[in-house]
Amino acid sequence: MDIIEIFLLSLIVVCGIATCASRNLMVSLIIFMAYSVLMSIVWAFLKAPDLAVTEAAVGAGISGILLFITLKRIRDLREEHEAGTAEEKEAGPDEEEL
Amino acid sequence: MKKSFKDRLQAWDSGQFELGDALVRETDGRRPPEKEEDVSWAHVPVGRVSQVERRLFRVLYPVLAGLLALVMIAFLLFVVEQLPAFGDALSPANSSEVIKRYIASGLTETGAVNIVAGIILDYRAFDTLGESHVLFTAAIVVFILLLAETELPDKPSDRRILMDDLIFKKTAFFLSPFILLFGTYVILNGHLGPGGGFSGGALIGAGLILVSMAFGPRVSGRIVALKSYRRIVLVSLLFYSLAKGYSFFCGANGLHTIFRPGTPGRIFSAGLILPLNIAVGLVVACTMFGFYSLFTRESV
Repeated sequence: MDIIEIFLLSLIVVCGIATCASRNLMVSLIIFMAYSVLMSIVWAFLKAPDLAVTEAAVGAGISGILLFITLKRIRDLREEHEAGTAEEKEAGPDEEEL
Repeated sequence: MKKSFKDRLQAWDSGQFELGDALVRETDGRRPPEKEEDVSWAHVPVGRVSQVERRLFRVLYPVLAGLLALVMIAFLLFVVEQLPAFGDALSPANSSEVIKRYIASGLTETGAVNIVAGIILDYRAFDTLGESHVLFTAAIVVFILLLAETELPDKPSDRRILMDDLIFKKTAFFLSPFILLFGTYVILNGHLGPGGGFSGGALIGAGLILVSMAFGPRVSGRIVALKSYRRIVLVSLLFYSLAKGYSFFCGANGLHTIFRPGTPGRIFSAGLILPLNIAVGLVVACTMFGFYSLFTRESV
């Protein structure tokens, strides 16, 4: 049991560092969810099953999904913004000619 | 041309002009010319300096961040070293009279086999009420922020791709009933075993999100809609406040109360804990699912 716990805890540390270190936001999100899953197993080992269930549902499930959606919406907004500035640039010279 | 401040104040007071018009009036009806962009610095070669700075930043920032992290880690490890050993009988967590009272008479006083539920929903129910209201406030603020936004243009979203995914759909079809059932079980057994309103509500919220992702908001909208969200949350919080206020009043004054601990181990026992768990679970589940459906901007 000790070996498993040490393995899990070291994996948690690795996950925590990798979450900070990865450049891609999507990748760090996925690692963050893996961190939550590992954490919930550790909670179960610490005889706190209610915390384990909550951690799995909230940490790995809901907060991950909400962050994914936020990322997607930011990307959508950025695309819209870029499209908008491109249109402005196209429209710009015409006005000067007039 | 220039009037005194008193004259202008009187003119503004009698409605001759608005404050915003003042600039326009004073330049004979023309708006003041906009400042031309200052280009005097344009020929200065700034690239080299900023590049050095940038390189310095690139080196210094990770070093300083790493140092800060090391200091924090050392501090936290030092504190962990100072903590009493696990299971130490003399530690404050085990020897304070509050804990002794909870362990000795928690079962007879609250009727909850799960002593954690007995503590958070009976002895310290006021804390849990505050937590539910924090969730409610957060949900309301998110609603205000997101509902104020104009409707985003309809796009072929990833959702449609996901909804065409047969494997995902079938998996969700088989899994979601069990997730919802397990969430209900966790809520209803909060006073008998591990779990309770918060974890069960989070499970139900996750199950609803899965349904909504797999089958679209129309199916999940049959279970929860925005109107029913408001009703459910408000009724739950009101019920919580009234029931707990009543029980605090009776308990504090030693009056006879209709909520008895009952036989420990039965579903209908532990007095108010079961209905309070249900109320908290409904609030949590609705809040989680409401966040999701608002963020995806489908009909709520």
